[in-house]
Amino acid sequence: MGAFIVRRLLNYVVLVFVATSLAYLGASTAFHPKDMYLQKNPPTKPVVMYQELNERNENPEKPVFERYAHWVDGVAHGDFGKTWQLDSVNKHFSISVWVTVRLVSVAAVLSAILGILIGSFQAVRQYKFSDHAITFGSYIVFAMPVFVLAPLLKLIAVQVNKAVGGDTPFLQYQGEIDPNATGFFGQLFSRADHLLLPTISLTLGLIAFYSRYQRGQMLDVLGSDFLRTARAKGLTKGRAILKHGVRTAVIPVMTLVTYSTILTFAGAIITERVFGWNGLGSWFTDATNHSDVNSVAVITLFSAVLVLIAGMLSDVITALLDPRVRL
Amino acid sequence: MTAPTPAGTAVETVELQSAPREGSGRAALVWRRFRRNKMAMVGLVGLVLLFAFAFLGPLLTHWSPADIDLINTQSGPTGDHFFGTDDVGHDMFAQTVNGMQKSLIIGLLVALLSTGSAGLLGTAAAYFGGWWEKVIVWLTDLFLVVPSLLMLIILSPYFQGANWLVLVPMIALFSWMITSRVVRGMTLTIREREFVRAARYMGVPAWTIIRRHIIPNISSILIVDFTLNVGAAIVTESFLSFLGFGIRSPNVSLGTVINDGAQFASTDQWYLFVFPASVLVLIILCVNFIGDGLRDALDPNSTGASAR
Repeated sequence: MGAFIVRRLLNYVVLVFVATSLAYLGASTAFHPKDMYLQKNPPTKPVVMYQELNERNENPEKPVFERYAHWVDGVAHGDFGKTWQLDSVNKHFSISVWVTVRLVSVAAVLSAILGILIGSFQAVRQYKFSDHAITFGSYIVFAMPVFVLAPLLKLIAVQVNKAVGGDTPFLQYQGEIDPNATGFFGQLFSRADHLLLPTISLTLGLIAFYSRYQRGQMLDVLGSDFLRTARAKGLTKGRAILKHGVRTAVIPVMTLVTYSTILTFAGAIITERVFGWNGLGSWFTDATNHSDVNSVAVITLFSAVLVLIAGMLSDVITALLDPRVRL
Repeated sequence: MTAPTPAGTAVETVELQSAPREGSGRAALVWRRFRRNKMAMVGLVGLVLLFAFAFLGPLLTHWSPADIDLINTQSGPTGDHFFGTDDVGHDMFAQTVNGMQKSLIIGLLVALLSTGSAGLLGTAAAYFGGWWEKVIVWLTDLFLVVPSLLMLIILSPYFQGANWLVLVPMIALFSWMITSRVVRGMTLTIREREFVRAARYMGVPAWTIIRRHIIPNISSILIVDFTLNVGAAIVTESFLSFLGFGIRSPNVSLGTVINDGAQFASTDQWYLFVFPASVLVLIILCVNFIGDGLRDALDPNSTGASAR
């Protein structure tokens, strides 16, 4: 077993390394940071330009592989280079990543809980009106990509604010917090208010996805012998479903939840952009627009690591939840 | 997974029967089952109408996407400008219809390419085994680890100046992996079945076996995958264009039109966003309905117990 895990980890490390290298080399050849300087008005002095390009390790006069080797060496020592503003990538990362964490964490927990509850509810009341209505709703949600949903939420918010009236808008949709918010509770409330719409935009799709899956799993479980046994032994229907049904059905769904949650971290690009959160997603698009190889590389590395952690974690969670699985 | 599909049993027992008749018989059966599914039919009719709208829509208006109506800038939906105009005076109806054309073409081509290569790589990996399999499986894993959307954004400078059709191979390159995995799994079991073995011992060339015996047995998953990939590809393209990394002006796609409109979502010109966005939602809705209907029609065991 131990040897298997070590081999798998080793394979993972190689995969992450190759994936990140591909991203770095791809960005290095696709981006033209020198052009960014040449387009500036007034133009940067060539001396300064090359000095800055060297500092960013993106001097096009140097061969790509030399830059790459330099970058790998830096990463090996924990230094990810400079951003296009000549800031340290490490510093920028440690700030942005927490913005994304604040944006995603509530959404992740909420979508898992709601998705599982709604799916179970649907299965128990299969083919009733509520089941059909929710199924129809999830089809609409599936057909609505985030870049449609997020502006739509903004549109609704504006109409709600208009209807409510008042000096300060009722629903906030720009940034993380109102800079004028004072006091602990004032700031807390402002944060929650700012979080509301982005959270909906992140959760709706996930809820629809989880609930579909949970419904299917639950339907399998509801017809099972062990549930009938539990009922025969005197458990009420509700308790039997909760203790034996949901618990069993949730195991495969949890794998999905782990994966999707972790992938949401990497994929909140649109939500961050539409609602003006300066997290990893906004940083990534900005970096691409500024031909910033180092920033792009570190975010790709981060996402690749996340995908692999998701794989490992989902195995562990299955093992923890399912008494039949022995590690 | 291992339960024999109708196609499987048919091929197994009637080795000598000509392929077209068997295929058309099955196609008729699937079509009958598909037609019974109300939502799937709604999806099919809807998609046909959307296609007609995308390609006949330009005839309804005398505006072209590049035209600028200087007198009626920021106009709401009127008889002349069905979807209104933006602040420059672009006719949003012409832009939306034109964007739809590109999005639909990209969706179809990407789905064809990615499902095709997934089928090819998956079957080849499982059938040939050995080094082939090792290399393909490793490549699949690698592409799964590489964050596809991020990679597409990183590589976007390559297709910004180029023809918009460059997006097709680019998106396809990052969307074949999961299907390829599933196909490989299915091929592994089919490979050991008697009719495949018999063909192999009779000296039938490998690619002929894959084409004649393996592909027909996994055709259901490929067809469903193709349908769903059409929707996924349209979303991916729109996603890229929405962020400014896909199609660029003077070309338009649904993504660019939605992006332009999204800036007005929180203003009085909300209609600039709502119309193109609804079109996109309708396309994906129809495609998903068709995909689900096909899944049920092709798989007799599926009774809605599957995910999504």
